[in-house]
Amino acid sequence: MSILVLAEHHDGQLASATAHVVGAARTIGGDVDLLVAGNHVTGVAESAAKLEGVTRVRVADAPAYAHQLAEPLADLLVSLADDYTHVLAASSTTGKNVLPRLAALKDVNQISDILDVESADTFKRPIYAGNAIATVQSADPLKVITVRTTAFEPVGASGSASVEAVDFVADNTLSRFIGEDLAQSDRPELGNARIVISGGRGMGNGDNFKLLDAVADKLGAAVGASRAAVDAGFVPNDMQVGQTGKIVAPELYIAVGISGAIQHLAGMKDSKVIVAINKDDDAPIFQVADYGLVGDLFELLPELEQKL
Amino acid sequence: MKVLVAVKRVIDYNVKIRVKPDHSDVDLTNVKMAMNPFCEIAVEEAVRLKEKGIATEVVAVTVGPKAAQEQLRTALALGADRAIHVETDERVESLGVAKLLKGVVDQEKPDLVILGKQAIDTDNNQTGQMLAALAGLPQGTFASAIGIEAGEIEVTREIDGGLQTVALKLPAVVTSDLRLNEPRYAKLPDIMKAKKKPLETHTPESLGLTVSAAPALLKVETPAERKGGVKVASVDELVDKLKNEAKVL
Ligand SMILES: Cc1cc2nc3c(=O)[nH]c(=O)nc-3n(C[C@H](O)[C@H](O)[C@H](O)COP(=O)(O)OP(=O)(O)OC[C@H]3O[C@@H](n4cnc5c(N)ncnc54)[C@H](O)[C@@H]3O)c2cc1C
Ligand SMILES: Nc1ncnc2c1ncn2[C@@H]1O[C@H](COP(=O)(O)O)[C@@H](O)[C@H]1O
Repeated sequence: MSILVLAEHHDGQLASATAHVVGAARTIGGDVDLLVAGNHVTGVAESAAKLEGVTRVRVADAPAYAHQLAEPLADLLVSLADDYTHVLAASSTTGKNVLPRLAALKDVNQISDILDVESADTFKRPIYAGNAIATVQSADPLKVITVRTTAFEPVGASGSASVEAVDFVADNTLSRFIGEDLAQSDRPELGNARIVISGGRGMGNGDNFKLLDAVADKLGAAVGASRAAVDAGFVPNDMQVGQTGKIVAPELYIAVGISGAIQHLAGMKDSKVIVAINKDDDAPIFQVADYGLVGDLFELLPELEQKL
Repeated sequence: MKVLVAVKRVIDYNVKIRVKPDHSDVDLTNVKMAMNPFCEIAVEEAVRLKEKGIATEVVAVTVGPKAAQEQLRTALALGADRAIHVETDERVESLGVAKLLKGVVDQEKPDLVILGKQAIDTDNNQTGQMLAALAGLPQGTFASAIGIEAGEIEVTREIDGGLQTVALKLPAVVTSDLRLNEPRYAKLPDIMKAKKKPLETHTPESLGLTVSAAPALLKVETPAERKGGVKVASVDELVDKLKNEAKVL
């Protein structure tokens, strides 16, 4: 068995998601290679080489791979895939964008968002917003898989893999990068924060998210949101937690002014401890909360901030 | 320009699902079914393109059993001009669907194909990307805005860090995210009119294709239920419990 993991990186930094995906690859077993694709990614490749259990880091460094566009990245993966039995990536927006394209070009199925490895061809994954867990088996010669990073332990950083350049350069005339508008924040990333505090429609407006920010600053927490809060324009889309947003599983999740729809629960119910603050005693969020506090968030949040 | 929209029949998003006692699958008998919410957004976007005079024809397509024609009728009521049903009773997953949709793309030659980003039953998030690959087309996934000009489509995409905008050569494949638009409701007269709009039926065989095997579904289980905890009476009690009982602060 030999596994290729597509490394995730942003702003010249290897993303923490990659160590989790390598963790999943180690669970499957066999040799693990990493592919770092991008433009000016020497630093990323150096960090990638330190991940434990990685044999070889393959580096495709070319302007064609800047911005991680799906068309050139999928072509690059196709050029390498014959060396491997499995190709893995995080269930990030990059992984979800690129891997199905690879799978189709190789005429194989993709297994999305695995939670557990039963064997080299059998995996567990959530369906119906995580309200059921399916065990699926792939008969394809190449397994193309995206990994729910919160479900796998990351590997450490004391490895020393070899680093090798990949020559293949994709020729992409189909798509072009125009621009991006990325959220700037000094807070930890939602996906790997130890504590997450999220606000919903109950926050009333975007300005009131300052109340959450104040608590987050005391706790070193990341700030998330429900779909309703994003749709209403309170906060940007990258903060949405849920079935179709980000999946989080922190030590502590605090839901404020969030009712607890199944689509929201799908994104946070694997958190270790859940706290809910809601003025409605019957809100469904209380059914999953370890600690529920009934009351008006506009009174309770400032008090919480003060007492932490 | 011609726009093709793919719609899927799925369990209504409000329904609480049940796993079958033999763990073979989720039980869909007598369960309310509906159009996948992301497909509603896809249809809405196509219809808006027509209303703006950019699209000349909107064609809805589905792959699935006879009953999936209900969702095609919904698409017609929402403003699609005609519909194509690729009928099969087999369990078709994303790769299989993408191959059948590629067959329809070859026949219809649309300038733009819009799909949902994700079906809320399998939660695969694959079909649009696969169709794009098979048809040799560029893809704009997780779209929250689109703009069409001079043979190109600009797609603003919801990505983990924020938003990214790409320009794609037409024809292209786009998948809708939640913020692309707010779908309308079908009005009664439109529902009546939709019954008379053309609906063409195919089978995989009539498209000259076979259904590609999906991964084997070995078992479906209910996840471990999370037990509700306690209500605390005050912020002081909450902070105390988090520090001394849960030990997370
Ligand atoms: C296809 C699809 C995908 C979806 N994906 C997601 C997803 O990824 N993530 C997601 O979150 N949702 C998702 N949803 C939406 C989901 O169904 C719910 O609509 C949404 O989660 C509701 O958000 P909310 O809890 O903030 O709002 P509401 O349900 O309106 O709840 C607001 C809560 O705030 C409380 N409140 C109000 N004022 C106060 C106050 N002053 N003090 C204390 N409490 C107060 C109320 O009691 C209420 O419980 C999706 C839906 C669909 C159809
Ligand atoms: N059986 C189907 N018939 C038509 N379109 C489908 C079907 N399955 C998936 N799709 C389309 O692909 C999108 C994503 O589905 P998936 O990749 O399965 O999560 C859906 O929103 C639909 O637009």
